[in-house]
Amino acid sequence: MPDPILTLSGVSKSFPGVRALRGITLALEAGRVTAIVGENGAGKSTIVKVLTGIYRPDEGEVTVRGERREFFSPRDAWAAGIAAIHQETVMFDELSVAENIFMGHMPTASGNLVNWHEMRERAAELLKRIDAPIPSGLPLKRLSVAQKHLVEIARALSHEAQVVIMDEPTAALSANEIDDLFRIVAQLKAEGRAIVFISHKFDEIFRIADDFVCLRDGEKVGEGPIASVTEAELVRMMVGRPVDQVFPKRDVPIGEVVLSVDGLSNATEYADISFDLRKGEILGFYGLVGAGRTEAMQGLFGITPTTRGRVLLDGKPLSIRSPSDAIRAGIAYVPEDRQDQGAVLPLGIRENVTLANLHKYVRGLFLSRAAEKEETRRFGRRLAIKAANWEQRLAELSGGNQQKVVIAKWLATRPKVIILDEPTKGIDIGSKAAVHDFIGELAEDGLAVVLISSELPEVMGLADRVIVMKEGRMVEEFRRSRWSAEEIVGAATGARKEAA
Amino acid sequence: MSTPLPTEERYAVLDRAPRRLGATLLRWDVILLILLVLTVAVNAIVSPYFLDVYNLADATSNFSEKAIIALAMALLILVRDIDLSVAAIIALAAMVIGYAAEAGFGAPVLFAVGIGVGILCGVFNGFLVTCVRLPSIVVTIGTMSLFRGLTQVILGDQALTHYPQGFLNLGQNYFIPFVKTGIRWLFIPPVPLSFLIFLVLAAIFGIVLHKTAVGRQLFAIGSNPVAARFSGIPVDRLRFILFVLSGALSGLGGALLAARLGSMRSNMAFGWELDIVTMVILGGVSIAGGVGSILGVFLAVLVLGLVTFGMSLNNIPGQVVSVYTGALLIAVIAIPRIFERLRRGG
Amino acid sequence: MSALLKSREFILAVVLAAGIALIGIYQPVFVEWDNLSDMLTETSVLFMMALAQMVVILTRGIDLSVAANLALSGFLAALVSQYYPGVPLVLMILAGVLSGLVLGMVNGALVAVLGIPSIVVTLGTLAVYRGMIIIIAGGDQVNASEMGVSFQAFPKDVFLGVTTPIWIAIVVSILFWVFLSLTRTGRGFYAVGGNPIAARYCGIDQGWQEFLAYSISGAVSGLCGYLWVARYGVAYSEIANGYELTVIAACVIGGVSIGGGVGTVPGALLGALFLGIVNTALPVLQITPFWQMAISGAVILAAVVINARAERRPDKLILPEARRLGRARP
Repeated sequence: MPDPILTLSGVSKSFPGVRALRGITLALEAGRVTAIVGENGAGKSTIVKVLTGIYRPDEGEVTVRGERREFFSPRDAWAAGIAAIHQETVMFDELSVAENIFMGHMPTASGNLVNWHEMRERAAELLKRIDAPIPSGLPLKRLSVAQKHLVEIARALSHEAQVVIMDEPTAALSANEIDDLFRIVAQLKAEGRAIVFISHKFDEIFRIADDFVCLRDGEKVGEGPIASVTEAELVRMMVGRPVDQVFPKRDVPIGEVVLSVDGLSNATEYADISFDLRKGEILGFYGLVGAGRTEAMQGLFGITPTTRGRVLLDGKPLSIRSPSDAIRAGIAYVPEDRQDQGAVLPLGIRENVTLANLHKYVRGLFLSRAAEKEETRRFGRRLAIKAANWEQRLAELSGGNQQKVVIAKWLATRPKVIILDEPTKGIDIGSKAAVHDFIGELAEDGLAVVLISSELPEVMGLADRVIVMKEGRMVEEFRRSRWSAEEIVGAATGARKEAA
Repeated sequence: MSTPLPTEERYAVLDRAPRRLGATLLRWDVILLILLVLTVAVNAIVSPYFLDVYNLADATSNFSEKAIIALAMALLILVRDIDLSVAAIIALAAMVIGYAAEAGFGAPVLFAVGIGVGILCGVFNGFLVTCVRLPSIVVTIGTMSLFRGLTQVILGDQALTHYPQGFLNLGQNYFIPFVKTGIRWLFIPPVPLSFLIFLVLAAIFGIVLHKTAVGRQLFAIGSNPVAARFSGIPVDRLRFILFVLSGALSGLGGALLAARLGSMRSNMAFGWELDIVTMVILGGVSIAGGVGSILGVFLAVLVLGLVTFGMSLNNIPGQVVSVYTGALLIAVIAIPRIFERLRRGG
Repeated sequence: MSALLKSREFILAVVLAAGIALIGIYQPVFVEWDNLSDMLTETSVLFMMALAQMVVILTRGIDLSVAANLALSGFLAALVSQYYPGVPLVLMILAGVLSGLVLGMVNGALVAVLGIPSIVVTLGTLAVYRGMIIIIAGGDQVNASEMGVSFQAFPKDVFLGVTTPIWIAIVVSILFWVFLSLTRTGRGFYAVGGNPIAARYCGIDQGWQEFLAYSISGAVSGLCGYLWVARYGVAYSEIANGYELTVIAACVIGGVSIGGGVGTVPGALLGALFLGIVNTALPVLQITPFWQMAISGAVILAAVVINARAERRPDKLILPEARRLGRARP
């Protein structure tokens, strides 16, 4: 076995309330593609951040070519020959392709002046090396996502990176663009670089990877040559336990149709979204990141305008033009991005819980603090929110407790329909279980629940039905009695079913 | 091996945070209150004329127009916006009032005209910021030039001086005269109309901001506009209303200033926008949004007003006063940060 | 080539050229060299101030203290000339530049080190710098008769048919262009303003870039302070009152984005030129100069509306048909 280019040994990293990585050991070899697989929150992106110098591990060590290295900043990681292509590109939209490649290490000529000519030439060369015919003088904002990824790869090459990390590089690419990207991956491999490939799409992993490392809850639970496992085995390894044991599905009688959506469409994001949702039912929306699920639900909730489609609540047609229309009708939406869209971090728990239906706490002309307190206490206790006091600012709470406050805010509006968008994303395992349990309780209380989740076990464990979305459209619907993980994943990725 | 789930337990969550004396003393309004007391004390010692009720009443009329507009500006800055066109609106409104006065209208109409002009200007600002979605700082730099430019175009180097006496009385007489009760320390001081309006508006703004649902919504918008919108708060409508409000109060300010001075030129209230923003920031309203109180703005208005007055009693020119206020503005924001830095460093 | 034709600067230049031509047809006197030279001389300070302000705005900041800095630094230069008439002219100018630099560094330190929002810092220093003139002078002003002869003569000198302020503006503009497009530090301003996180990934020190930006802004204000005082022959506390907003307006018209990271040297120069032309064209066209402010206000608003349209972020493209369309027109 050749010496690995890069090793991690015993690397651990904790955040308040979460152990993101526990004793991770792995080795990356030259000329091989290592796929890191795992559910959301399993620790994949934490590993990327440790490798690129954004986080410093609490324990353990990183070696590059046998030498122990510590990265204090992203620049150190670059210098050590590690470069990452990020999910959301971390680049400069207004600057040219060449500058994006060389920002931080521009070639200079006499008098320390930037040599634009050389920079353009070298950028063109790098882009040519990966067969990407992008004019190096073009501003980055004119490029497609796929082209931006190519520029990032060129940037990695400009650092002579020996380790190239690709964090879900195909999330927003079309089939042809993915083919192009994989050709480049093969080329980088042939040049003797080590590649880390992170993806949720199994067909891609089996197509491109040589080895795999499987993470669960921050721990390594499996590794080996990709050829040694099947897709089904890999799914089981990620999830770690038979699905229905983790999520005891409550038996809830399903009532009449509450929400009926017909042909909801928007010009660029989603089309023909139609479904019925019944009282007590949990309807899962599964799909890859960027499949249009969030966008469709935000359209339904009145955040973005829709171009077509009808929404009926209890049989009555609704005209929802803003979130307040939706709230008044009895729809609640717990957004995916807790920090930016859900929680108002500088405000206290009470102020957050009452925010979506403030008029309810008005006595005479003024807000009644007592009424607010009462409601906060009620939902705070029901959700078992952990805090020092009800006035504590959300910024001081853990992610899981913040999420509970956001859910409490929506329950306080007494909705008939609640849309939960990735409700357990990025929260610790304990809070996660509490939230899962609570979702079941909501259905039991007669709410109609839409659950958007990219975690298959979560959807399969909780939902009565699952609608799979791909590229902005509904592609398939599965019922609880007859579904399999392989089929659902297959529908979401468009992978051939016989692979399962 | 999966992690065991935490066992169900009831957490004791207190109703409110325990009060600590140190934290109370570091509150912005308490700091301002101390500054106010110091200002009054120092001035009273330095000049025997400072504590004279007539002098103080005159002093209030010198800052009340600004202070009225500062109330609306405070709400705008609270929701992460700003209106730099306020001073230009004052001039524009005062001019239109001047022409209306020449046409023979009386005081009530003139005030309504001023406020009306301000509302129109505010609607224009609000439209550009919330409907066209432009950054308010750029929009109001533009409308500042536009509004004052219009005033200059129409007025040239003329001055308008023909305001009716009834109108001037409102700006120059005490709205409430000095009332003596016979007891030496018990009296109602003379109050100019502008200061009375400021007091009333400050009370209304304070109650609306701190006690009503709308006020809470403004704090939410300033703290996190996206989450506020997702919570069903009509963010753009409220921001629009605030621009209109700022315009209306600027128009009112224009009327009061015209009535006090009895004349106007196109350079009326030039540069006031920055004075007003200074009042608001010194009042503890964070330029990053979501933090602030009307009490703080009220105290800052008094501190700045009385410092200016005290220094003018001692024949210190206005621009030297501004050295003090400018330094005060930076110091009150910088000093806590320096301490924070030292604390974290050490 | 087509990129050049479509660029904001090019369009602005064409609009300006067309405007000058039209005015020239109507009033040929406007396009005579004497008149153009007067206009450029008059605008030279605005050219430089707009460039300096642009650097600050690139880093997502704003410097409201520039006019106050100009007044104070110009006043100090005038004092040097008044009390040390024997000092060489270079040192008098240097006094203004140095004073401006120090005042700019104060802003820079407060913004970069303490992290106070730039609008708060410069609003405060604006008041302090202007007031310091009174404190130093006790309300006096320095008149033309008290300033040195060479001190006042220099801005009126003509070299190769071009006045010294224009020469200085040309040299400063070239320096800015070289600095902003040909040095790593210069590009760093664009990086920090365009995407602060990405800039950190690239090892660019945001604090240092900010400090530098305010220092440059200060030094240029100091230089312009000398030119202003020497040209108009008077130094007192009210000089260039409110001028900071004219400077920012020039940047906005020139396509500098207040959100940071966007702006070019030609753009800022054209923005300043626009205001300069409006100033000088009005009297030539026998329109009262009182139109000047209203026109610049209207132009600022038009410029931001147009720029915002160009910068609008496109919708997310998820549907395959939308993606195909989106790619067809990049």
